[in-house]
Amino acid sequence: MQSDGAGLYALMLRSRRFEEAVADLWSAGRISAEMHLSIGEEGIVAGVLQHLVDGDAMALDHRGTAPLVMRGVDLVSLLREFLGEPDGLCHGMGGHMHLFAPELLAASSGIVGASGPAACGFALAHQHLRPNNVAVAFFGEGAMNQGMLMESINLAAVWSLPVVFVCKDNGMCITTPAKKVTGGDLCQRAEGLGAFAISVDGSDVQAVASHAEKAIRRARRGHGPSFIHATCKRPDGHFLGDPLLRIVRNPVGELKSKVGPLAKAAASVQGASVGRRAASLGSVAAMLTRAGKMHLAGHDPVIRQAKRLTSAEREVVEATVREEVAAAVRAAIDSTEARA
Amino acid sequence: MREMTYAQAIEDALMQAMASDPRIVVFGEDVHAIRMNLFARFGESRVRPTPISESAFLGAGVTAAMGGLRPIVEIMMVDFVAVAADALINHAAKVEAFSGGRWKVPMVVRIACGGGYGDGGQHEQALWGLLAQVPGMKVVVPSNPADAGALMLSAIEDEAPVLFMEHKLLADYWLDYLADGGRTGLDYQVPEAGARGVVPDTWGSIPIPAAQVLRAGRDLTMVGVGVAVHRCLEAAERLAELGIDAGVVDLRSVSPLDVDTVCAELAKTQRLLVADEDYKHFGLAGELAAVALEAGLQPAFQRVCVERTIPYDRRREVEVLPNAARIVDAATMLMSARTPSPLSVTHTSHSRSPGH
Repeated sequence: MQSDGAGLYALMLRSRRFEEAVADLWSAGRISAEMHLSIGEEGIVAGVLQHLVDGDAMALDHRGTAPLVMRGVDLVSLLREFLGEPDGLCHGMGGHMHLFAPELLAASSGIVGASGPAACGFALAHQHLRPNNVAVAFFGEGAMNQGMLMESINLAAVWSLPVVFVCKDNGMCITTPAKKVTGGDLCQRAEGLGAFAISVDGSDVQAVASHAEKAIRRARRGHGPSFIHATCKRPDGHFLGDPLLRIVRNPVGELKSKVGPLAKAAASVQGASVGRRAASLGSVAAMLTRAGKMHLAGHDPVIRQAKRLTSAEREVVEATVREEVAAAVRAAIDSTEARA
Repeated sequence: MREMTYAQAIEDALMQAMASDPRIVVFGEDVHAIRMNLFARFGESRVRPTPISESAFLGAGVTAAMGGLRPIVEIMMVDFVAVAADALINHAAKVEAFSGGRWKVPMVVRIACGGGYGDGGQHEQALWGLLAQVPGMKVVVPSNPADAGALMLSAIEDEAPVLFMEHKLLADYWLDYLADGGRTGLDYQVPEAGARGVVPDTWGSIPIPAAQVLRAGRDLTMVGVGVAVHRCLEAAERLAELGIDAGVVDLRSVSPLDVDTVCAELAKTQRLLVADEDYKHFGLAGELAAVALEAGLQPAFQRVCVERTIPYDRRREVEVLPNAARIVDAATMLMSARTPSPLSVTHTSHSRSPGH
């Protein structure tokens, strides 16, 4: 098992720089529609994935880019997929929300909670065909309220499936605060369904790695599923161009068209009581305040890990990653322009 | 008369309805943000965000309606209805029949649908044919602001469950939210007449079904809903230049289907072209051919539909969704077939008459 701090740093930094390049291409209009990145979640993803071996499976959510990058999928083929090109990873058919890599047993879905049943099925196939392999499911805390995911934890428990359920908790379900829509405690919920549950600070990749190691070992030994609850901050919100963050970053421009109708609606004759309307407006203001606090600050897993390394160790990793990502972007763009 | 966007029209009609009927409540994911104006005016007790638990809150919508509320349940995209299909197929659609007509489900399900902005085949489907197949539910698909507001009122007033499907290409806030994300200069081939238009000062409902003949035509009748209606209108202009007089019917509701209006047009033209953003097989297009046959008509038939999973790549997506060029091609094929008569139905390599 690779346990060196520099290795974890390299996994995360590679994903971070790659996703930053993806964000630039998206901002330039070269990538269409929604783009959900894992920036801020890298500590969780790297800490779990560093324990995977050949034959292990990954059930991914709509943030599948980082796990695939960390498992070594060719960066150019990922970029070509996001550009919608026929030579992309999935021939330009899936896009970033629907990434599939059969050689890695990695399947994504844009349906919230769908990684739960997917991991169970991979794990069932493992039980029959690859008894030492495991399946990992990645999802957000919002998905924990989806029936199919809760059912999956129970299914994995009663069938003793080798699944590690990884909950990446940034406290926001799309744009709704998780506390507002989640009853009880998530670890207790998972325990109640029969899984072994662990809670960890997801911005500390070494802490995640150490907990994940236990969970994966249990699964490999046939001791059934685990649930890792890992906290994180995601500075880009739900997706690039998150409307709440746009308002926070450019209040005058973004609110110009929204304040008029909002004030008119709040002041209309028929409707809720003054108190209830004030509560609504207060809740809108609180929502924006919360959005303003989504920045990484001290919770950046990449920076936290960098601080554990010597400057010489950091520089080697950084130079390699910088060169690799830049070359991938160049190659992906060049082949489009060469064809044009 | 006022001018509004498609999204504003729906909100304006909802404001009118909610102000006069306190039983109307709205719930769904993120509605405090997506429906911020309704949230500000009517408060959280009537505009309530939900967990990402479609099967629970859509199922709850059914019995909330049975319990006396007039719920408007929001499912962010029709693709996600699959997660909660049980609430619709086995419950909302069944209660009236199972109770011998003694209990009804006056629920509206507000659902965004449709593609054309590069979000991939799990977030851009139409699926209205699938949903309309089950008896006991109605499905409306407005194609312009005036119809959107009016059909929202129709849906609210109806005692049956009504699925109100708003096309994302017509609703500017969905495009801003899902496609642009603050970026500018991206083009989605939005039909202008669908995205913005004149609406009445006070909203009134329109009866369902109420297909509308948007353009009378002598040579063939083109039928669709939502964005496809606008693609047909565009195709009709091009066909006119080719000397083909093509009519366009906006169904406005998929279920129930306005058979009388469609058949009245077909009786004149004897040619049916369905443009549908839903899947080709086992859906609206085939159903229209079937109802024409049942009515004793034998029109020559072509359909321009989605035939496979919608590609993420926008260049291929545009080809897979019905577009004016494909409709024009299909129409010229229809015209090249000899006009079928009830006694001798013609076959060509291009046109399969559904009579055989």
